[in-house]
Amino acid sequence: MQLEALVERFRQKDVSAFEKLYDMYAVNISGAINTIVRDEDLAQEICQDVFLKVWNKAEHYNSSKGRFFTWVLNIARNAAIDKVRSKSHKNSKKNLSADYFVGILAYEESSEGTIDTDRLKRLVKGLKAKCIEIIEMLYFRGYTQKEAAEELEIPVGTVKTRNRSCISQLRENLNL
Amino acid sequence: MDVNEYIASGILELYVAGQLSEKENSEVYTLAMEHPEIAAEIESIEAAVLDLARTAAPSQKPEFESLKNRLPLQEDTKVVTIAKKDTNWTAYLGWAASLLLALGLFWVYNQNSELKSRIEVANQENRKLEQQIAESDTSLEKSRTLLQTIRDKDITVVPLGGQKVSPESYAKAYWNKKEQKVFIDAQGLPDPPDGMVYQVWSLKVDPLTPTSMGILEDFVSDDNKVFALANPNDSEAFGITLEPAGGSVSPNLEQLYALGAVSS
Repeated sequence: MQLEALVERFRQKDVSAFEKLYDMYAVNISGAINTIVRDEDLAQEICQDVFLKVWNKAEHYNSSKGRFFTWVLNIARNAAIDKVRSKSHKNSKKNLSADYFVGILAYEESSEGTIDTDRLKRLVKGLKAKCIEIIEMLYFRGYTQKEAAEELEIPVGTVKTRNRSCISQLRENLNL
Repeated sequence: MDVNEYIASGILELYVAGQLSEKENSEVYTLAMEHPEIAAEIESIEAAVLDLARTAAPSQKPEFESLKNRLPLQEDTKVVTIAKKDTNWTAYLGWAASLLLALGLFWVYNQNSELKSRIEVANQENRKLEQQIAESDTSLEKSRTLLQTIRDKDITVVPLGGQKVSPESYAKAYWNKKEQKVFIDAQGLPDPPDGMVYQVWSLKVDPLTPTSMGILEDFVSDDNKVFALANPNDSEAFGITLEPAGGSVSPNLEQLYALGAVSS
């Protein structure tokens, strides 16, 4: 498919292919970063750094690293977590717990304003808090299955199946 | 493989989350290539996660242009730079190799010269040693002849004692009457002064008649100090005197160094 070809051209350091991939994923990646740093300007800044890194590491990507998006998401997550843990954020009360989406939903009247809460609500409609939590842990925080299982106090095997059903619910909502 | 069961297992959700090992990632990738249902499922999962992430995105859209300016060098420049670097590197390597080769050759040349001169020295040493061996052989041959002569049963040995002028002196005469030859062993005589020689005399006692048998030539340079002289006389005694170079007609008895009678 087209994505495959784009990624291949990107690996050959084709700037135009890179630009297309950027257009496809940059917004989502900056969103994923924002769930961790919770600072829009900083999220923007980190997002640019992440894509710069992605460009520099282009030849390191291959299909054994998973989806292109998954690879970039992993780099973004690490960059964001590093930033939060760095000295500049030492005094920040924000931590890495998986409560971004849950938190927003809990305070519907949150004055953050920029967050597309309507859209979020539509997406997570009917999802339990535990479901949103597990998705946030596995996709946005980089928890391993084992870590997620410990955090949620459920067997490791359950993580896989619960995640599957939660994502399925999310997908259904997406098609609404 | 049951594709539906595989999809239902939840592994594809973990795949998109990046929770699988590189090996598992490759397996999923291969299966997705073979089964369009799996590929489609993966895209749907990814789309859902992308959408969820988008809800948290900052309001201001990220600009590619600002990133583009930060990309390390543009395509064309980059290629040229790499090529240039490569060339330089190869050139340096080439020069380094040439230098090494030159040094190596120079070293080998030096080694060669040194070895050649060592061989020359060894050859010279060899020739010297061969000559020494030859000389030793000759000397050994001489000694053997001498020893054989002295041991001959026809030999009469006559000890010559030191006289007034030089009481410490002594000599021996080995007389082969049959061959009419006398060997004088003059090791016990001092070196004669310059311009003087020892002269050997055959003596008859009654009346005292000296007959010259000859002089001891090259006394100083002779190593074994054994001299062969002819003696056709019926000698009764032998005497050695110091005479002027060339010898004398009659002995100077004042300078008699050694004297010994033949025992009958």
